Amino acid sequence: MNSDTILEIKNLRVIYQTDLETVEAINGIDLKISKGKTLGLVGETGAGKTTTALSIMRLLPERVGKVLSGEINFAGHELLNLSPLEMRKVRGDKIAMVFQDPMTSLNPVMTVGEQIAEAIILHNPDLRAEEVEKRVENSLSMVGIMPSRKNEYSHQFSGGMKQRVVIAMAIVCEPELLIADEPTTALDVTIQAQVLMMIRELRDRLGTSMLMITHDLGIVAKICDEVAVMYAGEIIESGTVFDIFTSKRRHPYTQGLFDSIPSLDARTARLKPIQGLMPDPSDLPKGCYFSPRCKHCMEICTKQHPERVTEGTHTLLCHLYSSLSTEQKPKEED
Amino acid sequence: MDPTRIPLIETVNLRKLFKLNGGAHLHAVDGINMKIYSGETIGVVGESGCGKSTLGRTILRLIEPTSGQILYNGTDITKFKSNKMRELRKDLQIIFQDPYASIDPRKSVVEVIAEYMFIHNVYPTTAATYNRAAELMDLVGLARRCANSYPHELDGGRRQRIGIARALSLNPKFIVCDEPVSALDVSIQAQILNLLMDLAEELDLTYMFVTHDLSVVKHISNKIMVMYLGKCVEMASSDELFKNPLHPYTKALISAIPEPDISKRDEEFVLIKGEISSPINVKPGCRFVARCDYASANCTGCDIELKEVSTGHFVACILCN
Repeated sequence: MNSDTILEIKNLRVIYQTDLETVEAINGIDLKISKGKTLGLVGETGAGKTTTALSIMRLLPERVGKVLSGEINFAGHELLNLSPLEMRKVRGDKIAMVFQDPMTSLNPVMTVGEQIAEAIILHNPDLRAEEVEKRVENSLSMVGIMPSRKNEYSHQFSGGMKQRVVIAMAIVCEPELLIADEPTTALDVTIQAQVLMMIRELRDRLGTSMLMITHDLGIVAKICDEVAVMYAGEIIESGTVFDIFTSKRRHPYTQGLFDSIPSLDARTARLKPIQGLMPDPSDLPKGCYFSPRCKHCMEICTKQHPERVTEGTHTLLCHLYSSLSTEQKPKEED
Repeated sequence: MDPTRIPLIETVNLRKLFKLNGGAHLHAVDGINMKIYSGETIGVVGESGCGKSTLGRTILRLIEPTSGQILYNGTDITKFKSNKMRELRKDLQIIFQDPYASIDPRKSVVEVIAEYMFIHNVYPTTAATYNRAAELMDLVGLARRCANSYPHELDGGRRQRIGIARALSLNPKFIVCDEPVSALDVSIQAQILNLLMDLAEELDLTYMFVTHDLSVVKHISNKIMVMYLGKCVEMASSDELFKNPLHPYTKALISAIPEPDISKRDEEFVLIKGEISSPINVKPGCRFVARCDYASANCTGCDIELKEVSTGHFVACILCN
């Protein structure tokens, strides 16, 4: 692992197992986030984005969620081997997470100030009360909320303000890695713009590395440095944001995502959606998981799982491009 | 456009105020004048709480208006009694936002679709009704094998197709689409948008498309109305509105969309400060004044009228007077 890599995931497999079925949520993904960079994890509902985040945080539902194999290396520590107590020290301090729905991620019977202070006190038990208060006020003003509102309850805040409180909670210990799981999906577009700009500014000021989970390619274009596109628990395409947006070689699924968005500039008569639906993760198709919906599906696609093809920083998981660079397979890193 | 043509739906100074405890009023829809001609799709955009859904429901009289008129083909339907209104409901339908909440979980797909036809006794026999329901399933792209499934067995996209089939079952002329795609993933959203556009052409439907998503509304509508706190602040054809937005709110709204275009990566959003203010006991004057960078003393005091600045382009802003 390079010294400028903050998080590296290798061949992670996660399943959700119940008496009735086994859901293959993550099927061997590799991810890398460099220090100070933002990785966008893109995909539709059920692609495994949130499961990835929960695996990093070690917050998978007990008993049901299982990590089958893989490594999650964070700043030199193997997170999967940490004891619950050690993990608790990392969570909220070194890695923090912002959840999708600000309405349900705040405690309604605690003031927002108390909730922000919780993380500080937990990770700095020796800090004096005045010092804690000062840090609470400081983090509130960083997200653009008047520090005097720290004694209010979450119902007194609007949706956008609640999300700011949640972000204040996440950044108060100045984490090295911030995981944001669709932080603006529940917000109106003008409020989304405010929150996105604030996230971008804070990230640049604090030098935080970020994992941005989203389904919105517009947000990716604005915020992210690198992108990984997920489909059915796999990363089917990854690269820098320029690779994804400008390359002529795209995974058919990524292309389909772009074609599904109505354009603001051009007037298109019809959208070109991806046909069909996401496969049932408890019963994945043979070969390439995208093959039943793919316009370019070939015979080999239904039989053999594609190999990763890499061109510089751009990686694709698709048979269409497998002839391009068989000799340039991704190098194994130590 | 022919000035003598009668709009399919017209509202005259339509208002809906909700009474709150203590005598206060919430101004949900506050004096909306709009004309929807047959075959048009009009998009209504705005942020949550601007009254766009209430407007859609008030036009169908699912919510009774406080004052003003609703005209359907030139006839005032505001005072129609319930039996007359029931007859009219065949022509006026709605597709709801949440495909999870708007369908009876205890009815199978075909029962949900057939329900309205049974209520209105459209077909003499049960078999004929179910036949028609199966045809509607074909029309909206639902496999017939789903006919006896229950809604919880289907995904959001399919459920929204049930909602569409149900709305079409009485051969309506006008459909209010209340955020029909906002609960769906983008690839499914595109499928449903295409379906709605095909159906409009095939069945000669007129839509009022209520949404908060500007790129969707631009794609599907001929005309767009931008709402803010119960008022229409700007109305124009969709090309004109995006090319030449005049109201500061419309400008901010358009600029706030993150576009999936890497060349615009470093473009800053035009941020508007603050959040939508309270719609309770609103004072006369421009509703946007608290968030507007160009606000002056002239903006408050009396309501700003919608002015036609160029053909078909209406703006309610003193900057454009």
